[in-house]
Amino acid sequence: MEHEATGRLPRAFTTPGSSSFVEFLASHAPDLLPGARHTPGGEVPLTPHGTTIVAVTFDGGVVMAGDRRATAGSVIANREIEKVFPADDHSAVGIAGAAGIALELVRLFQLELEHYEKIEGAALSLDGKANRLSTMIRGNLGLAMQGLAVVPLFAGFDVDEGLGRIFSYDVTGGRYEEHEHHSVGSGSLFARGSLKKLWRPGLDPSGAVRVAVEALVDAADDDSATGGPDRVRKIWPVVARVTADGFERVQADELEATVEAILAERTRDVRAARRVHGRQHGGDLR
Amino acid sequence: MSMPFYVSPEQLMKDRADYARKGIARGRSVVVAAYDGGIAFATENPSRALHKISEIYDRIAFAAVGKYNEFENLRVAGVRYADLRGYSYDRSDVSARGLANAYAQTLGTVFTTESKPLEVELVVAEVGARAVDDQIYRLSYDGSVADEHGYVVMGGQAEQLGDVLADGWQPDMPLTDVLHLVRRVLATPGDESAAPRDLAASSLEVAVLDRSRPRRAFRRITGLPLDELLGP
Repeated sequence: MEHEATGRLPRAFTTPGSSSFVEFLASHAPDLLPGARHTPGGEVPLTPHGTTIVAVTFDGGVVMAGDRRATAGSVIANREIEKVFPADDHSAVGIAGAAGIALELVRLFQLELEHYEKIEGAALSLDGKANRLSTMIRGNLGLAMQGLAVVPLFAGFDVDEGLGRIFSYDVTGGRYEEHEHHSVGSGSLFARGSLKKLWRPGLDPSGAVRVAVEALVDAADDDSATGGPDRVRKIWPVVARVTADGFERVQADELEATVEAILAERTRDVRAARRVHGRQHGGDLR
Repeated sequence: MSMPFYVSPEQLMKDRADYARKGIARGRSVVVAAYDGGIAFATENPSRALHKISEIYDRIAFAAVGKYNEFENLRVAGVRYADLRGYSYDRSDVSARGLANAYAQTLGTVFTTESKPLEVELVVAEVGARAVDDQIYRLSYDGSVADEHGYVVMGGQAEQLGDVLADGWQPDMPLTDVLHLVRRVLATPGDESAAPRDLAASSLEVAVLDRSRPRRAFRRITGLPLDELLGP
């Protein structure tokens, strides 16, 4: 960290005005911003990519879940990566896309919210947080053009309106509010189909966790880049529940019970279908 | 215009120090005192929005007396310093000692090189894993640093109030006892013969660095919880 010759805090630190850490970095240490770095053109070598994130609203909050796989090409780069994080006390952010850049963006986004809260003495509104993330994604457009796109999903509890809300993004920073449920990442096509059939109004918190995990199981069934629950190693999806009480990560034993219930039901349905229609049937899980 | 007279460096520094000290003594005192579960901060402050006590980082808090615009500027600089350091290294690499050094250099440079010293006095405190790891640094307008143990009073009638606090304070007191003591200290009148003032809980700004909280230890105590702690 640079200090002036006397060792006093540099001028940029005592300049009044901005409550944004990103703006402070842009003026004082721009090389620490992911989007501001100069990158040589050309192909970027294979890097790990994160895959499927789902978010589901319920009465009194929102649940966000992410599978645990990162892939580099056709290789599984990591089987226990975490892609769902607390953004602050009342919101969660999940990431799909180039894992290295995405994790850096999450760290910066978390800090941006905390920095604002400390300097202003009050938290940003949920829309304000969603807009800050939008600006940060837009700053990453140069890297996205080289194949290092990051596509987050943002969800939180709106303390003013008293409900859970979901926001999705595109690589240019476009921000779209989603209703009921949404999914991003390579397995999102399959997860969205699953969510459409499973989601219903008036879900309770544990029902929402089940819908989110089941959508990930369906995504993993058809998308090779999405990892299903691993019962051998006991690796479960990362699931976060955000309510008026704040961000809470769902514990492993609750997830294990949910996964076992889903798999038991599916096993039973497959066996029943095979008994009636013979061996060639029962491949399509409900 | 008269010719400038020679002023000895001693006299120059003394004048500046007197000027800063006068400004600091004008305001209300801030008390910082350790309790069994962390470090408590309290001051008399009718404003709910303009704070004298604030969070800097996960385990670090800041308290100040003196001119609001000057210490607010230093507080923001401290938050930026801590957040930048935590972002470039790791959250665990941000320490009160580093921040106190940066503040000391800043205050010292302003005191010797600029036309007016900063009329502020600061405390930078960090709560550790155990009570012996707690750190409380007191910084003066001229950049001098003191490593304090247990408690600090600054601003206003600091010396007089410090004696009252020293009489009542012991290590490992529960929070409610410490807050009762601190209220008694803050209510001590400037004139010894006068009766102690009556300080309502609502006129106090109180915050703690709570050792048991998982990441961000800083917590403001206002409203009902404060009434309960300060109840009879």
